[in-house]
Amino acid sequence: MFSLDLLLQAVVSGVLLGGVYGLVASGLSLIFGVLRIINFAHGAVMMLAMYATYWLFALLHVDPYLSIVVTGPAFFLLGMLIQRVVIEPNRFAAEHNQLLLTLGLALFLENLALVLWQGDFRTVRPAYANASFTLGEALVEVPRLVACAGAVVMALALFGFLRLTDVGKAIRALAEEPEGAMLMGIDVGRIRAVAFGIGAGCVAVAGALVTPFFYVAPDVGESFNIMAFVVVVLGGMGNFVGALLGGFIVGLAESLGATALPGSLKQLVVFALFVLVLLFRPAGLFGGGRGR
Amino acid sequence: MSLLELSNLDVAYGDLPALSDVSLAVEAGETLSVVGANGSGKTTMLRTISGLLRPRRGEVRFEGERIDRLPCHRVVERGVVHVPEGRKVFPSLAVRENLELGSYPRAARAHRADSLERVFSLFPRLRERAGQAAGTLSGGEQQMLAIGRALMARPTLLMLDEPSLGLAPLIVTEIFRTIDAIHRAGVTVLLVEQNTRQALALSRRGYVLENGRVVLVGTGAELLGNEHVKRAYLGM
Repeated sequence: MFSLDLLLQAVVSGVLLGGVYGLVASGLSLIFGVLRIINFAHGAVMMLAMYATYWLFALLHVDPYLSIVVTGPAFFLLGMLIQRVVIEPNRFAAEHNQLLLTLGLALFLENLALVLWQGDFRTVRPAYANASFTLGEALVEVPRLVACAGAVVMALALFGFLRLTDVGKAIRALAEEPEGAMLMGIDVGRIRAVAFGIGAGCVAVAGALVTPFFYVAPDVGESFNIMAFVVVVLGGMGNFVGALLGGFIVGLAESLGATALPGSLKQLVVFALFVLVLLFRPAGLFGGGRGR
Repeated sequence: MSLLELSNLDVAYGDLPALSDVSLAVEAGETLSVVGANGSGKTTMLRTISGLLRPRRGEVRFEGERIDRLPCHRVVERGVVHVPEGRKVFPSLAVRENLELGSYPRAARAHRADSLERVFSLFPRLRERAGQAAGTLSGGEQQMLAIGRALMARPTLLMLDEPSLGLAPLIVTEIFRTIDAIHRAGVTVLLVEQNTRQALALSRRGYVLENGRVVLVGTGAELLGNEHVKRAYLGM
C-alpha cells in the first residue's frame, strides 16, 4: 500500500517532472502576461519540438540535449512567425475567438504531424537513456534529473532575462501597462512577437529535455499543455516565479496521486487541487502577479 | 514653422465626435496650456498627437513632418513624449526600472546614465526610492516618476495630461514648479489641465477647448483676465 519507500519514490519522480512542467508553464504564463490569451497551441509546439529532436537524433545522430542549440533558436523564430502571421492580425478580435484560434492552430499542428509522421509512438534512446542511481531507497533516472535541472536553469535564465535586459523589462512593462509601454517608445508589436517566440523557445527546450525518457507522438503535447494550464492557474496568471513553483506542486500532486490511486484516477489529485485553487485562491497561490 | 502644428483635426470615437476642426500650434521653447472641462477633448488631443488615436481628418505635423500616421513608438523616437493621465507607471517594476524604460528608444539609451542623474537631481525623492516598486509610491511620487520617466527619453516636446489630478495642493504646487524648471531647461511643454488658474499662470499661451472645439486662444495673462474664462473656469 503506502510504504515510505513508495512515497519517497513518488516525491522524487514528481519533483523531477515538476521542473519540466514549470518550464512549459513559464512559457505559457509569459505569453498570457503579454498577449492576454491562453495559448492552446503551446503543447502542439512542444510536440513539434519533440519531433524535431527525434528526427535530428534518428537521421543525423544529434544528441537530444545538443539539439537544443538548434531547436531552441529555431522555435523562438517559429513562435515569432506564428504570432505575426496568426495571432497579431486577430489582436482586436474577441477574447474567446483568439482562444479558438490557438485551439484551431493546435488541432492543425497535431493533424499535420499525424499526416507527416503517422500516429506511431517513437522514442529517442541515447546511450544514457537507462542510466540511473539510487537515492536512499528511491531510484533516480539520470535523464529525468537532467531534464529537471535543465528546465530549472532555463526558467532561471528567463527570469534573469526579464529582470536584467531592456527587452525583458519592456516585456514586463507591456504585461502590466500596455499604454504606458507604448508611450515609452516601446515597439509593442515587436515585443509581443518576442514574448511569443520566447514562450515557444521555452516549450521547445522542455520538449527536447523530455524526449530521452518520453515517447513522441502527435498528441504528446496535450497532457503537458493541460498540466501547464493547471500550473499557470496555480501560480497566478502571468506570475513567472509562481509558474516554476507551481510546476513542482503539480508534478508532486500528479505522482503522489498515481501512487495513492488506481491508474486511471491518478490525475484526480491534480484537478482536485486545480478546482480548490480556483474556488479559494482564484488569483493563484502566490497572489495574482501581473508580469512579476 | 511651429514645432508642433495641428490643422483642422477631427477625431471621433465611433460616431461620437471628440475633436472638431481643431487647429493649434506649439512654438519651440514655449509652455502652452490647453484648458477646458472634463470631456472637452483635451486628452483626446494628446492621444492623437502621440499616435494612440488616429484622426478622421486633418494633420499633425512635428518639425514640419506629418506624424499622424506613425505608430506610437516612432512618435516617441522623434522627441514627442506624452505623460498620460493617470500616470500609467509600471507598478511592480522598481522606480529605477521605470526610469530606465523611459530611455528605451535607441537614441535616448546612449544617454541613460546622464539622464538618470538629471532626473534624480530634479526629483531627489525618486533617488531615495529607486529600488522600490513603483506601485508602492504615493500619488505625488508616482506623478514625479511619470514625468521623470518621460524626461529619460530626452523629449523636445513634453506633453503632460492633468499632472495635478488627485494630488494635495502642496504637491500640486511642487509639480507645477518642476514643470517650470523643465521648461527653463529648454524643453517645450504642452500642458493639459483642469487646474486652469495654475496652468495659465505658468504658460506663455493658452487654448480653451469646449465640446471638442477651440473657443479661445490667447496669452496666459489674457485668458486669466477673460470674462468667459473667469466665469466658466475660475469660479469668479
